[in-house]
Amino acid sequence: MSTATRSATVLFDTPGPRARARYRLFGVLSLLGIAGLLWYAYASLADAGQFDGQLWDTFQYKAVQQRILDGAVATLKAFALAGVLSIVLGTLLATGRLSDHRPVRAVCTSVIEFFRAMPLLIMIFALYRGAFASQPMWALVLGLTLYNGAVQAEVIRAGIAAVPRGQGEAAYALGLRKTQVMGLILVPQAVRSMLPAIIGQLVVTLKDTSLGFVITYPELLYAGKVIASNSPGYPYIPMIMVIGPIYIGLCLALTALAKWLEARSRRGANRRTPVAA
Amino acid sequence: MMFEDDNFATFRDGFLTTVELSAVSALFALLLGTVLAAFRVSPVPALRAFGAVWVNVFRNTPLTLLFIAVVFALPRLGVHFDSFTFAAMALSAYTGSFVCEVLRSGINTVPLGQAEAARSLGLTFGQTLGQIILPQAARTVLGPMSSIFIALPRNSAIAGAFSVSELYNAQQTLTDKGYAILPIFAWAAVAYLALSFAVRGVFRLLESQLAVVR
Repeated sequence: MSTATRSATVLFDTPGPRARARYRLFGVLSLLGIAGLLWYAYASLADAGQFDGQLWDTFQYKAVQQRILDGAVATLKAFALAGVLSIVLGTLLATGRLSDHRPVRAVCTSVIEFFRAMPLLIMIFALYRGAFASQPMWALVLGLTLYNGAVQAEVIRAGIAAVPRGQGEAAYALGLRKTQVMGLILVPQAVRSMLPAIIGQLVVTLKDTSLGFVITYPELLYAGKVIASNSPGYPYIPMIMVIGPIYIGLCLALTALAKWLEARSRRGANRRTPVAA
Repeated sequence: MMFEDDNFATFRDGFLTTVELSAVSALFALLLGTVLAAFRVSPVPALRAFGAVWVNVFRNTPLTLLFIAVVFALPRLGVHFDSFTFAAMALSAYTGSFVCEVLRSGINTVPLGQAEAARSLGLTFGQTLGQIILPQAARTVLGPMSSIFIALPRNSAIAGAFSVSELYNAQQTLTDKGYAILPIFAWAAVAYLALSFAVRGVFRLLESQLAVVR
């Protein structure tokens, strides 16, 4: 909110009486416009009979509810696996990119560039058809891991670059080896400072689990599609109204976690500053 | 070999459709994102709220779900388009909300004095935003903007799962014909790498010509 008010003051003065009247007029007009849009959406949904009880009956069956729940669990399972694996892969690739050995650097850089540029769907499909035809979950998880791992690697690398140079120098001066400097000093600090960005990418990972839909992994979206296409009246729109908020809620919860961590780490930094000075 | 008969044509058409779909969606995403960004910084609270809700909904919904919503739900409301138009709608709505957020963060970097000077010249809110603030904001955020538009062709692959004959669809078709997955994957990889390389190149060029560094 504070950013909105700040950018607002960049663009317009504190309004005088005439401007206030004009803004009120615009406010009323845009409220009318938005209300009109909402009404239009509601009316066309109602006209098409999308609020008929019969279409929504489906969701009263225990089996259907169970199926949605199973879908949500499958989504979270793929997300958890892919999230953890992508951070592990990201750490490995990031340290590889900062290696002292040119071949290791070159390999890691090209792996990162390649998997960042490839569409996830193409990789998941290739993994599914090429190796995991009977286990779509692993095709999904590995695809997500490769793509998001490459992105996380860049995030973690930026974090390592942002750790003050003295930290690494001090560690070398104490006689730690390169591996120890990385593993004990640089990576932990990088991960901590980049935590909001890492979680931001996890939101992407969570959203992308819905690609499992294409390779028949029974995650939330697939469950929804199956329910909608097997129920009387094909309740696609009610299904979207049920599934959409679940996804949005999960993503917003993760975003809120990232914001909270960011605020917390800023507070921590402020607490430390007087000690350092 | 893989590129006998019509297979090369399938692949080429897929590539061209991917390019076309990405370009159309990029255009509409830019338009939509700019309008939404204007809403989000406008002096009218109702428009600000509308923009905020729109962006939060579309940024947090999986693109696949948006595709399903457009492809399966709109026809139930009597809206019928071809699958290409549907795909472009889903992609622009999704990408547009990201463009909006990037532009908004760019607006915050424009120095206060610019807007003050514009206002003291007697420009209205619309003129200040359109002629002074947005051009500077857009040029500041070319970097983050480039990652959005590099991601766009990648995201457009999902359209292939909803019967648009683009590259992913070509990959699927060729695989179904029984060709080995690895060479097909390799060709698709080359095509997408070339695309993202091209988009990156365009943005590098833009940055070297336009970028404002603060």
